[in-house]
Amino acid sequence: MKITAGLTPYGELNRQVREALETTDTVTLENVNGQRYIGCGLDAGKTVTIYGTPGNDMACYLNGGRVEVFGNGQDAVGNTMSGGEIVIHGHVGDALGYAMRDGEIYIEQGVSCRGGIHMKEFGKMKPAVVIGGVAGAFMGEYMAGGVIVILGLGKKPEDDLFGSHCATGMHGGKIYLRGAYPEHHVSRNIAVSALNEEDQKELDGYLQKYCAYFGADMEEIKSVPFVKFTPESSRPYGNMYTAN
Amino acid sequence: MMRYFQPEFHIVRDPARCIHCGCCVRQCANECHYFDEDGKTVLCRDESCVSCQRCVCLCPTGALRIEKFKSDYRESAVWTQQVQKEICRQASTGGTLLSAMGNPKPYPIYWDHMLLNASQVTNPSIDPLREPMEIRTFLGRKPDRLSFTKDKKLLTEMPPQIKLETPILFSAMSFGSISLNAHRALSAAAKELGTLFNTGEGGLHPDLHDMGQYAVVQVASGRFGVHKDYLNNSAFIEIKIGQGAKPGIGGHLPGEKVNVEVSNARMIPVGSDAISPAPHHDIYSIEDLRQLIWSLKEVTEGKKPVCVKIAAVHNCAAIVSGVARAGADIIAIDGFRGGTGAAPTRIRDNVGIPIELALASADQRLRDEGIRSRVSLLAAGPTRNAADVVKAIALGADAVYIASAALIAIGCHMCQTCNTGRCNWGIATQREDLTRRLNPEIAKERLVNLVTAWNHEIKEMLGGMGINSLDSLRGNRLMLRGIGLTEKELSVLGIRHAGE
Repeated sequence: MKITAGLTPYGELNRQVREALETTDTVTLENVNGQRYIGCGLDAGKTVTIYGTPGNDMACYLNGGRVEVFGNGQDAVGNTMSGGEIVIHGHVGDALGYAMRDGEIYIEQGVSCRGGIHMKEFGKMKPAVVIGGVAGAFMGEYMAGGVIVILGLGKKPEDDLFGSHCATGMHGGKIYLRGAYPEHHVSRNIAVSALNEEDQKELDGYLQKYCAYFGADMEEIKSVPFVKFTPESSRPYGNMYTAN
Repeated sequence: MMRYFQPEFHIVRDPARCIHCGCCVRQCANECHYFDEDGKTVLCRDESCVSCQRCVCLCPTGALRIEKFKSDYRESAVWTQQVQKEICRQASTGGTLLSAMGNPKPYPIYWDHMLLNASQVTNPSIDPLREPMEIRTFLGRKPDRLSFTKDKKLLTEMPPQIKLETPILFSAMSFGSISLNAHRALSAAAKELGTLFNTGEGGLHPDLHDMGQYAVVQVASGRFGVHKDYLNNSAFIEIKIGQGAKPGIGGHLPGEKVNVEVSNARMIPVGSDAISPAPHHDIYSIEDLRQLIWSLKEVTEGKKPVCVKIAAVHNCAAIVSGVARAGADIIAIDGFRGGTGAAPTRIRDNVGIPIELALASADQRLRDEGIRSRVSLLAAGPTRNAADVVKAIALGADAVYIASAALIAIGCHMCQTCNTGRCNWGIATQREDLTRRLNPEIAKERLVNLVTAWNHEIKEMLGGMGINSLDSLRGNRLMLRGIGLTEKELSVLGIRHAGE
């Protein structure tokens, strides 16, 4: 089913989407102009396709559904999501995938600050964020689980792969990085290592999807070596306190 | 190892009474009591005693008593024993001092400087034993006006309201900071009393899924256990911005406490640290808070009121106004004496302001701006008895949160060492041998008894004032008079002095 968003206020638009999804599994939104919360709590088996620019908190609390955007996302895409897939044919703003617990997010281009903060994993739940371009400051801060991939495709020579304070307070999960990265932006608790066989297999799975979604060239991506960030300790603050 | 300071407490064992049964040895998780090498004689060591009173309460012959360890330092009002001990602890470890429960310092308790009114002659007092007395409480945004059809049907669409049979709710205590049996007791008591318990930031344990309708579910900065079903399986949702015991800082549940059960509720791996960042990283402004409030309303299709909990801090009246305008239906203000499972000592003892002043100024600010009815106000941190509840409501609260009082009802003796995870009463621990000590059925009964008793006392005090409905007391500060307060304190509290 197609819905033209135009200037419909977000509450009304999201009500229309919810109603439509009661009788169908797929809704396409056209001419979206910054309406918030599109795809909020979308359940498994449901798909929302968006043309235009969805507003903040798109696909928040995503619950297994799929949201694809032909355009750019804004802030807090996939906020506190528990599962599902988000594909953005463009770039996104701040606080991408905050505290996400499961599901995958693919961003064709770059992300702004605070991406993947406090991602976590649980049992079979293991979230992933794949960023085609570069990332802003505080990428993966407090990261407690899951996977972030930063490819730096189309990166200008003067750009860094990520901004300052990358992975500050990280205590779980992995970040895969393609090519050179700004060492002075890496926080102290991070171990940098080469990918092992298992890592490579995991990474290839995400890269294959990235290439399929955005028509990128797998060989070109893999022509540049990757490294892996992991936390040196899963208890970075374990010895901070004295019982009084 | 050389010891630089003396123990806090001294365990006194009466040799005439002790039968060396070993009950105290089994009860003390701090291993203060032990059998001598002969395997028969019970001895004790003072060093790790926290004065939780467990051994004293359970000793079958009444042979035990805990007293303060007395070894007088040279007197100094500046360098007290406590000050010196804290320095020695830090000199030994290099660590941040960590404490638990609320601020124990002797700051003024304004509840004890306010007196209630009673009717004499001009307005008859009411006996709650014989006359109806209404303490039912509704939380949620109230519309500015109501409109009706000609045949008296309500036209106004009412925002969701929470109906409570008492103005007392159980405050946020996460499963993780307290045991599953404690959560079981709190949820069952809330159900029986017609009120609510609060999950804290630890999620809802799968065993308590059916108690969701009696739960306030918290969304804190770590977003532990937060998902669509959790949010919808609730009475209302509370965004935790701050906590009275530790304003401005986040939380940290150490990996040792994250066992299989806690892991299931928080949805994180066993043994991993559960770190709640100081801020929500998607909230850097009132506008961002508005975004989160409305995203929660969106995912619950507007059926759940959204509460925002803040710590009582210097500008909280202005903050409360902003939060009300951001779309919160309920605002909880937590005073600086509020409890906690763990907080840095310096923060606990020095940050924030008393709930009485914060509540009075917030209520006044909302009234001045004409938006008081947009939100319900919850006061917390702490209310110790029914008189505190009545005073809080007269100062402007719609209802109060209790937590420390609830824990005391089920065995807590305020030893202020929840952070160690060795709670001998089975409350603030995840050790199975300890949590087994808390019987959820008995604990539930004790909680029900406590709140039932307070309800009756509230009705008695109301009746004495000649008021038969709690609603007539809300913000009715004429029912309060200050005693021993300065002009400034009276003006912030918005009350007159006794005798005026």
